[in-house]
Amino acid sequence: MQNRLKNDLGFRGWLSGGRYGLDRYAYTLHRLTGLGILAYFIMHIFVTGARLGGPRQWDRTMALLAQPIFKVGEFLVFLAFAFHAINGIRLVLVELGYMLGKPGLPAYPYSYSTMRQKPLLVAAMVIAAALMIIGGADFYFVLR
Amino acid sequence: MRESKLWFWHILSAIVILVLLGMHMGTMHLGAILSLIGIGSSDPVKSAEVFRRSQQLIYMVTYILLLGAALFHGLYGLRSMLLELSLSKGLEKAVGRVCAGAGVLLFIYGSYVAVMLVRMPEVRP
Repeated sequence: MQNRLKNDLGFRGWLSGGRYGLDRYAYTLHRLTGLGILAYFIMHIFVTGARLGGPRQWDRTMALLAQPIFKVGEFLVFLAFAFHAINGIRLVLVELGYMLGKPGLPAYPYSYSTMRQKPLLVAAMVIAAALMIIGGADFYFVLR
Repeated sequence: MRESKLWFWHILSAIVILVLLGMHMGTMHLGAILSLIGIGSSDPVKSAEVFRRSQQLIYMVTYILLLGAALFHGLYGLRSMLLELSLSKGLEKAVGRVCAGAGVLLFIYGSYVAVMLVRMPEVRP
């Protein structure tokens, strides 16, 4: 126990991206949203299975899921999807080597790949936020 | 299967999901906005709409494709996170098998529902 490093940051250490900054928050959020979407997706498979019971069974299931708590949950899943999808596109592009620039000698002032792909990260976050706002309008403001 | 192959399928399934789930989310969650410009339905979960879509062969095929891609992508992602916990070799194998087994069972159930809906006599709510 004595060899363990002291956590000087305390609770902030859990939430802070530290010197990794925005990339680290995106990484953590990508994992969290992925787990949330997976949990929802498994439930969704069983909920949509209610179609086998015919229209009456389906309407009963939908009436149950029309309660405000489920609507809020569904909206949270939409937010998670918007973030995970747009950030996922960024990750695929970076994985395939796009938007990283050409590699060069490590000469001062240093340029590194995570810095070079920062505009892509910011653009992805802006697009995800726009998608969330449009989805929110659809969920809560447009008359159905 | 080698990890690099699994990783390749993880990326490929992400692209499949992006297209199919993008269409699904557009239909289900942007329906009210899209219906204002004459595309889609303002109430896509109404039983008439749901059964009209579910009983078409093209929807069945895309549902099953999306189901398979999403299950693989999600469960492979979960497995990757769990393997980062520095598990023993035996536990790593067990995690892989549980994820694969759960994926296969869910795929069989989801595909069964999709196929049975197409085989059902036409439903008119």
